[in-house]
Amino acid sequence: MDERRFQQIVDGDGRIEPRDEMPDGYRKTLIRQIAQHAHSEIIGMQPEGNWITRAPSLRRKAILVAKVQDEAGHGLYLYGAAETLGADRDELLDMLHSGRQKYSTIFNYPTVSWADVAAIGWLVDGAAIMNQVPLTRCSSGPYARAMIRVCKEESFHQRQGFEAMTVLANGSPAQRRMAQDALDRWWWPSLRMFGPSDDNSPNSAQSMAWGIKRFSNDELRQRFVDATVPQAEHLGLTVPDPDLRLDAATGHHVFGEIDWTEFFEVMKGNGPCNRQRLERRVTAHEEGAWVREAAAAYASKQAAREVAA
Amino acid sequence: MSSAQPLWEVFVRSKRGLSHTHAGSLHAPDAHMALRNARDLFTRRQEGVSIWVVRATDVVASSPDEKDAFFDPSGDKPYRHPTFYDVPDSVTHL
Repeated sequence: MDERRFQQIVDGDGRIEPRDEMPDGYRKTLIRQIAQHAHSEIIGMQPEGNWITRAPSLRRKAILVAKVQDEAGHGLYLYGAAETLGADRDELLDMLHSGRQKYSTIFNYPTVSWADVAAIGWLVDGAAIMNQVPLTRCSSGPYARAMIRVCKEESFHQRQGFEAMTVLANGSPAQRRMAQDALDRWWWPSLRMFGPSDDNSPNSAQSMAWGIKRFSNDELRQRFVDATVPQAEHLGLTVPDPDLRLDAATGHHVFGEIDWTEFFEVMKGNGPCNRQRLERRVTAHEEGAWVREAAAAYASKQAAREVAA
Repeated sequence: MSSAQPLWEVFVRSKRGLSHTHAGSLHAPDAHMALRNARDLFTRRQEGVSIWVVRATDVVASSPDEKDAFFDPSGDKPYRHPTFYDVPDSVTHL
């Protein structure tokens, strides 16, 4: 294939469409990244789904159902985008179920209180938006278009989380404690969502050259911290980082050392909920098999009738 | 699932007067389910007033390899554009 032509399109800020020629490595990297993004969306339904039956009001419950439904939709947009590159959906799901492909480490943490649902919307979806907005301009046409849809919907996710957090932060002392406790537990895992630091992120340079990645992990992390710390102050909550301070000279927040050992441990499968998340996913897939089989049987019966008629 | 549930391309008309635009794709066992799934997947926020679903295998696409040759016939016909023609500044309403 003509790699120069491909690189010209990418360098000229053009989009690579499914039937264009592209280097094998580009195709493989994109399929893996989009698939793992899709896996994260559908696994991400679990921590919040945990609170649907116990949401504190009908309003919160309706919002949460809509949000979790969106996560399912985001997964489907992304699996669809991966398929335009030649991936097979069954195979992708199989890779998730057998642990050969990963999903974001953030979803391996438990949601032990209602405030965790608020914190996830505010922090986890906030970090996801920071990551996903640049992807709306990435070199892969189908991925970029899926991201535009996702980002539009994600904004509701973050706002509902911040609103719920505001209510708790301005509530009774017990509610305030709940809100602070959720921030304490979700802050550092959220910072790790941006991936390893730049000096430990071997694939970043290639992804940048291919126009898949636009900003480095550390750049995006810094933006997230700068955007989020004032929001925490507004809520009257304390970010659990004794080293955190605003550097007046740069206008950026300086923050403490990130625990990467925990990141890699959770990645390897040793987080608090890894086993539970995967088991639940596999069970849901297996228990839904009869629905897929019934739908297929009905479709082939109807098709046979049409042929006969 | 992929073998039993064919892939469908989804086109959504966002409002009356606009054309259907490709929104994405999904798997469904038949056309009826494809329409319903498309509604749930692509119009959760009233993004559409009409949906088309087409089996992906029924879409015939031009090949990007032939792009140059295929679209070449219109490449050398700038006279099809109004800007090709010089009109004196003094002439208006043209």
